[in-house]
Amino acid sequence: MKMKPGPAGPYENGVGIVAAQEHHSPLEQFRIEHIGGHLSLGGYDISFNNSALWMLIAVAAITVFMLIGIRKQAVVPGRWQALVEFLYDFVANMLKENVGSEGRKYFPWVFSIFMFVLFCNLFGLLPKSFTVTSHIIVTFALAMMVFLIVTAIGFIRHGFHFLSFFVPKGAPVWLLPLMIPIEVISYFIRPMSLSVRLFANMVAGHVMLVVLGSFVLPLGLAGAYISGIVPVAAITAIIGLEFLIACLQAYVFTILTCIYLNDAVHMHH
Amino acid sequence: MDPQAAKYIGAGIAALALGGAGIGLGILFGNFMNGALRNPAASAKLFGNMMLTFALVEATGLIAFVVAMLILFAA
Repeated sequence: MKMKPGPAGPYENGVGIVAAQEHHSPLEQFRIEHIGGHLSLGGYDISFNNSALWMLIAVAAITVFMLIGIRKQAVVPGRWQALVEFLYDFVANMLKENVGSEGRKYFPWVFSIFMFVLFCNLFGLLPKSFTVTSHIIVTFALAMMVFLIVTAIGFIRHGFHFLSFFVPKGAPVWLLPLMIPIEVISYFIRPMSLSVRLFANMVAGHVMLVVLGSFVLPLGLAGAYISGIVPVAAITAIIGLEFLIACLQAYVFTILTCIYLNDAVHMHH
Repeated sequence: MDPQAAKYIGAGIAALALGGAGIGLGILFGNFMNGALRNPAASAKLFGNMMLTFALVEATGLIAFVVAMLILFAA
């Protein structure tokens, strides 16, 4: 995506020069950079990088946030405690509505997933930060963990009877050779769809911000500095949308976890 | 054809999938407004479901975006 340096003519107004200088890949922001020394173990690169740093920051922030929230345990909660209680109630209700009372013992796990995804998404919106969830391997690891744990719960609760999950109830027998492969494929595609959804939303939002940001200077120079307001206004609106998306995707990831959990706990309702 | 040009054309074609996401969002929000205006008391409950569906519909369009990015930068 490099611009060809053409004749000097089109660059006279300064637009071309800025566009050519500022023109780098909008995916640059997702680059993984090593922090500190280079470590390798058994042929794998295990050095500390900015992705790991921002994961640690998210975990530390969640811990501090929750601990301050529950420190006083007042009957009438203060602002901070009310926020923590709101998040707790939000996830607890989600779990109760989707899984029922049997889902209660999985609450700590589901709540951890929700808080981790939410904080990683929100920290990604800070300037100069790194969006952990914008890497497919991170979201895929999360989704695979959900998939494996849910499958394990299904087998532990129902034994090999869990395999009848792949046989749709009430389907005519002659359709089963077609239906069972479809059910199996749609079950195994779950970690893919779960991870790609979160990853694509995060990447698309951040790329859109950078692309719009690269319009500001060329457009401002082109129209007496006033026309640069247009992309700035657009970025301001998009940032608002991105905050919505960051929370919404954490919600969607969690609610799909609840739905999968429900499938494993109560097969076929 | 110049492979670079084919790359850009392919990425542009991949963006066409946004039309599908647009149709989906139109149906979704249109039906939400329809339901919410007919029965305003139920709109709060519908809103949660709508947001979930919104995210699911939008993800379909974003997968096209991923395809376009793969064509442009990865292939």
